[in-house]
Amino acid sequence: MSVPAGHGVSVRIEACGKTFADGTRALEPATLDIARGETLVLLGPSGCGKTTMLRIIAGLELPDAGGRVLFDGNDMTSVPIERRNVGMVFQSYALFPNMSVADNIGYGLKIRGMARQERAARVAELVALTNISGLENRRVDQLSGGQRQRVALARAVAIRPGILLLDEPLTALDAALRDRLRGELNRLLRALGITTIYVTHDQSEAMELGDRIVVMQRGSIAQIGTPREIYFKPKNRFVAEFIGAANIIEAPVENGELVLPGGRQPIGGEASQAAAVAMIRPETIGVVEEGAAPLSGTIDSVSFIGDRQRMLVSGASDKVLTVDAPNTIKAQAGERIGLLIAAEAVRLLPSEN
Amino acid sequence: MRDRLIFTGQLLFTLLVAAFLVVPAILSISAGVTVNYFRGISSGVTLQWVFQVWELYAGTILLSFVIAFATLAATLVAGVPAAYALHVRAGRLSRIIEEVITLPLAIPGLAIALALLFTYQGFSDFRRSWLFILTGHVIYTMPFMVRSVMAVFATIDIKTLDEGAASLGAPPWRRFRDVIVPNAVPGILAGSLMVVTLSLGEFNLTWMLHTPLTKTLPIGLADSYASMRLEVASAYTLIFFVMIIPLLVAMQMFADQEQKR
Amino acid sequence: MPHKSFVWLCLLPLVVLTVAFFLLPMARLVVTGAEGPHGLAGYLAILVEPRYRATLINTVLLAAATTVVTLVVATVAGMFLQRHRFPGRAVLIAMLTFPLAFPGVVVGFLIILLAGRQGLIGDLSNRMFGEKLVFAYSIFGLFLGYLYFSIPRVILTIMAAVQKLDIGLEEAARSLGASPWAVQRDVVLPALGPAFVASGAIAFATAMGAFGTAFTLATNIDVLPMLIYTEFTLAANFATSAALSVGLGIIAWAILALARSFSGSTVAAAG
Repeated sequence: MSVPAGHGVSVRIEACGKTFADGTRALEPATLDIARGETLVLLGPSGCGKTTMLRIIAGLELPDAGGRVLFDGNDMTSVPIERRNVGMVFQSYALFPNMSVADNIGYGLKIRGMARQERAARVAELVALTNISGLENRRVDQLSGGQRQRVALARAVAIRPGILLLDEPLTALDAALRDRLRGELNRLLRALGITTIYVTHDQSEAMELGDRIVVMQRGSIAQIGTPREIYFKPKNRFVAEFIGAANIIEAPVENGELVLPGGRQPIGGEASQAAAVAMIRPETIGVVEEGAAPLSGTIDSVSFIGDRQRMLVSGASDKVLTVDAPNTIKAQAGERIGLLIAAEAVRLLPSEN
Repeated sequence: MRDRLIFTGQLLFTLLVAAFLVVPAILSISAGVTVNYFRGISSGVTLQWVFQVWELYAGTILLSFVIAFATLAATLVAGVPAAYALHVRAGRLSRIIEEVITLPLAIPGLAIALALLFTYQGFSDFRRSWLFILTGHVIYTMPFMVRSVMAVFATIDIKTLDEGAASLGAPPWRRFRDVIVPNAVPGILAGSLMVVTLSLGEFNLTWMLHTPLTKTLPIGLADSYASMRLEVASAYTLIFFVMIIPLLVAMQMFADQEQKR
Repeated sequence: MPHKSFVWLCLLPLVVLTVAFFLLPMARLVVTGAEGPHGLAGYLAILVEPRYRATLINTVLLAAATTVVTLVVATVAGMFLQRHRFPGRAVLIAMLTFPLAFPGVVVGFLIILLAGRQGLIGDLSNRMFGEKLVFAYSIFGLFLGYLYFSIPRVILTIMAAVQKLDIGLEEAARSLGASPWAVQRDVVLPALGPAFVASGAIAFATAMGAFGTAFTLATNIDVLPMLIYTEFTLAANFATSAALSVGLGIIAWAILALARSFSGSTVAAAG
């Protein structure tokens, strides 16, 4: 079958589960659609099944019986990776130590039988695109971590893959470099516009790069949504706590209000339950004079973080609340304050057990 | 003061051990170029014994090289792909295969040679040719090649490199040729040195497997030790040293280099 | 071609070679061992027949003595070489390791040059005491030969193990007041334990199976490999030679397998 080159494919995985030979269930049967040109991030802690899902899409693992992988509607389940036309960036980069940078980038083109001159032109194009001019003849072990990452990306993109697969491509780098490359990677992915699946355990990477994020937990999909949906409307406590900081409050409900030790907090939408588990993001809590809000508490501590200050407030809820306040507010430990929270900022979660 | 004493004591001991190993070799080398060993080096220095050995035993030396390189070829062709397969398919079956092919390291050569004799003595053409010796050498040296290559695979994450090449569209044999073998070169070289060195010096198996027409160097050595004058035997040993020591030095340099990496 | 088939194809030449020239012959050897006049009982002869049993005990004692002495010598020299840097060290290491690939026959010849009828030791003793000391052809000559090929191998293993020792452990012991001897006894030697087991097993198994040295020294001391050889060639006693070979193989293999289960690392004999 032929795969349209360069424009990207749409991907559908259907009931793909994975049980390893030793009986461990790495992935519960999952179904997922990825649109052409979309960047989808698989996010979760280690062992959540995200890498297994990526490897199934890549063709490095076979799904359990019944699972199917479709590219543009064509069943690719039994097609090995070398005939799927995927570009893959490995966590360790998997650059070939026996080849120069240019030979690494050109290897996939050589396999495809591209003529030497044409190949050189394409390699030069990618060298320019990924900002590694001057390194073409270096050996792989002479490169820095960031340079390796770019070479790996250039090599994966060189073959004009139908889909780009990235397995924690920034994890091996130190924090400062990671932040810078994340921005570069984002621009590059937007410029290429091909279907991309990106595996990471880092929520800020997921937020910045993903059109949609798939949050995974213990082998299953916990939630699929845009970064905003995932952040503001987490479906469960795991997602709420995994993405960003979250205050999780369990309290009885009366007349559409949470009944808390420090007052009553209105909740938006349907509030028919008698008790609720609610999530409130720290930065959605406004700090006001005591009495100016229905809810009040006592500041336990204030830490100045730079762009904001983080307060721990007790007495408002049965647990200590984390509040991110603007760095201009003057407040100190021991002070009583009011906590102003919009009803829409209180997100009700399904109660567990 | 006490440290000094301990150091000196250990140094002397180590020197003594080194002397035990080196002095006989020097005796042998000097005997090989002495006119008359019994009268000592004062009787004069000569290469006549070396030439005599060459006249008598050139055939054995040649055959040893033929067998060593044939052994190398066989261990390369069978051992390198197998090392790759055993590495990527690490499972119970692989462990069993690895275990079986390493058995010849534990089982004395004499036993393996007898086993080959009992099995193949009926095939007289095969039994009489140097290929019979070759089979013994291949079985005996194979584990060194396989392990040496597998040791390299264990350090470079060959599995991910293989997957990387696959993701770029390379079919299995291209991956093997373009990525796996080039990256296994240090192990292949180290294994090759080992295989050639061991094959050139192999005696236990070869003594049982050889015929009067298929004598290798170590067989010739044993022959000369039993029936030739000491000077000739020494000259023959000298030739063996000249062949084997460069290989040993190369092996040592290789090991040092690997350690530095 | 799918990857799985390619992997099997990679294994094929090795499997064919191993089956044809190792497994099949080994099976044949085991069968031959039971084809003597006593059938399967032939396998017991190694333990029951006094002459065979004496040879077995001889061989085991000789191999054990070789192992113990080699370990002591190699530990002293190996620790010294790994822990000190001095001019000439590299040369010394080279001298101690170069006999690594000498075949047994050559080692036997070197022992003859050292302690044989025209040997150096005899020559020296003759000049000093007027008596020629010749012991190459005795059990002591054989023992010396076994030491000769065991020392280089064991020294290399011990040196590698010493290099991996965490010097911090020794410093910790000293900080707690241990004397240099106590540090050696309580910290260093126990840490080298696995290396002792591994290299000792190799030395033992190699000495059990060594044939070339005994062959060259042509001694009247019976060791198991020589017994097998004479049974096969001189007595044409095929079943017995096969049975003894199987016995020897099992002993050597068992020692190495045991050592491996102790030390965890891969242990193998060579030569």
